[in-house]
Amino acid sequence: MDIWLIQAFNGASLASILLLISLGLAFAFGLMGVINMAHGEFIMIGAYTTYVFELQFSGILMRTETHDWGGWFIGSMIAAFFIAGLVGILLEVTLLRRLYGRPLDTLLATWGVGMILQSVARQVFGAQNVSVGRPMWLSKGFAWLWTDVNDAEAISALKPFWEIIEGVRLPYTRLFIMGVVVLVVLLLFYYLRRTSAGRRLRATMQNREMAASLGVRSRSVNAITFGVGAGLAGIAGSVLTLIGPVGPTLGTSYIVDAFLVVVLGGVGKLRGAILAALIIGMFNIVMAKFLIDLDVEAAATVAKVLVLLLVVAFLQWKPQGLVQVQTR
Amino acid sequence: MRKSITHWIVVAILFGVLFIAPFFLNDFRINLMGKFLTYAIVAVALDLIWGYGGMLSLGQGLFFSLGAYALAMHLKLQNSGTSLPDFMVWSGVETLPAIWAPFANPVFALAMVVVVPTVFAFIIGYFIFRSRVQGVYFSIISQALTLIFSLLFIGQQPLTGGTNGLTDIQQVFGFTRADPMFLRNMYFLSLVILLLAYLACWQVIHSRFGRLLIATRDDESRVRFLGFNPVIVKTLVFGFSAALTGIAGALYVIQDGIISPAQMGVRPSIEMVIWTAVGGRGTLLGGIVGALTVGWAKSLISADYPEIWEMIFGALFLLSVLFLPRGIVGTVQHLFRQIVRSNESDTRTKTADDGSTPPAQGEVSV
Repeated sequence: MDIWLIQAFNGASLASILLLISLGLAFAFGLMGVINMAHGEFIMIGAYTTYVFELQFSGILMRTETHDWGGWFIGSMIAAFFIAGLVGILLEVTLLRRLYGRPLDTLLATWGVGMILQSVARQVFGAQNVSVGRPMWLSKGFAWLWTDVNDAEAISALKPFWEIIEGVRLPYTRLFIMGVVVLVVLLLFYYLRRTSAGRRLRATMQNREMAASLGVRSRSVNAITFGVGAGLAGIAGSVLTLIGPVGPTLGTSYIVDAFLVVVLGGVGKLRGAILAALIIGMFNIVMAKFLIDLDVEAAATVAKVLVLLLVVAFLQWKPQGLVQVQTR
Repeated sequence: MRKSITHWIVVAILFGVLFIAPFFLNDFRINLMGKFLTYAIVAVALDLIWGYGGMLSLGQGLFFSLGAYALAMHLKLQNSGTSLPDFMVWSGVETLPAIWAPFANPVFALAMVVVVPTVFAFIIGYFIFRSRVQGVYFSIISQALTLIFSLLFIGQQPLTGGTNGLTDIQQVFGFTRADPMFLRNMYFLSLVILLLAYLACWQVIHSRFGRLLIATRDDESRVRFLGFNPVIVKTLVFGFSAALTGIAGALYVIQDGIISPAQMGVRPSIEMVIWTAVGGRGTLLGGIVGALTVGWAKSLISADYPEIWEMIFGALFLLSVLFLPRGIVGTVQHLFRQIVRSNESDTRTKTADDGSTPPAQGEVSV
């Protein structure tokens, strides 16, 4: 039982990362019909932003000799959103705008963009993976709040896990990532439902001509939405530094799964993306565990095959995805 | 009719040049060109389903590799003689896995080069097309498919050689693979098969079935209402394309000596799309022109600028999508047609649809 709890936890953490990545893809496709193959590179930009922040600003942003308060990390997440977002807006304004109505061409063109961005990253940061440190409260645990912060020995003795049941330990990093994603999704709901910019976005997504004739500047809606999507991928990249090393091809390993989330979830609804990310993330991890128990070789990959089969089977039943936009 | 003659003249010139090319190239270049010819087969087959069928498959690398692996398995067994293939020994396999055993038979292996990709494409295609998954969704699913299979092949180290794949194939049906004479012959073999593949695709497009295919691309629902079954049309042509791609893969492995899951991943599959896109989709000939042009450009750029060739390559590709959406052949065709049209003035109100019209503008009467 405990082992399944841990698997479910890992599944939820994978799902939350997938969600963050696929939201931008779903926006770009739902709103503009753009298949953004360079989306993985926004993740990479976010991750390198955090890397640069650690190198440059960790000294001034709450990191001392003995204690890493992680101000640089929080700062880098915000910066990752804006930097990746700016690159996204730049891409939309200079390139994608010329390709509207040709979804397959956007796929090819953004593939070229992704290739260029990866190559640039390789020039600037080198082809080798780099790793980023993590703030104290993620590597050690929240317990430092009630221990003597000057007692370095006591802090280093703290376990980097959170125990909920005897023997079931959940790493703080993954809890943190889930927390960030929940926060981002709540903000996004607020943006979509409660702000006038969000209303304009939804109007444009439902009926571009009608929205435009009522005075919505659909071009700037496009650019901003694409930027927000790219920014979310940037945040995803930033938190991914907590899990593994950063390299020029960081994004490519997540992008195909993220596309499957979009296909499964249906385009244009936040609910669909959340549900689909949860299903794909959970299914990947839990199925892999199940297959390991059955002594299947390369269980993680076989699980991926099963996930793909699941998606294809599901599309037999509901070709439009889980949640559809109601149109009249 | 006249346009059709122009087309055959162009085809004759192109294949004529390719036929005499080896007499002016060194052995290294011949080997390279031979591999590009197999790419051209892939690009023509892709153009059939993308340009004429509207199905942009991002999973052609899977079919290419399946064909290549099928033949490479046989060659690997031949090269190892009575002992097990080297990678199996390294991973501690003691008896030949059951799935490998029939590949000792060359006829079986050669049959599998065609059968495995085709059957695969039939099954996958049928279920995808049945649920009316179209356009971008099809592209994404085919991409996921090829990625997953590359991971699967990497994971099954004792069966597939893992990341390294099947390497070090020195003997091919009793010939030494690296022998310049052999490679030259393989160049001509690839050229002949490319010609046959081209003619076959041409024939498909200009048959009744081809009209149905183009009609399905343009309006699937209307085809369905007329009593045809677009699922069958799409599945059949997808399988045919996969068969050609598998054959190309087998030809490739003979000339390269290595096949690995790297050929199966997302990236090589998209490169295949790039060949067709640069050459000109919906022109068939574009596949050949595109594969050869991109192949040459890539080998030249990567040799001269090893550091930043990806950047240059990406930029070139980007520019060609932006400013040359018809591709090389499509653009030439378009210009040619405009010149002809201005000469003929308005005596003819409607140009005859003899099939050499690219589907970009070609009106198919349903």
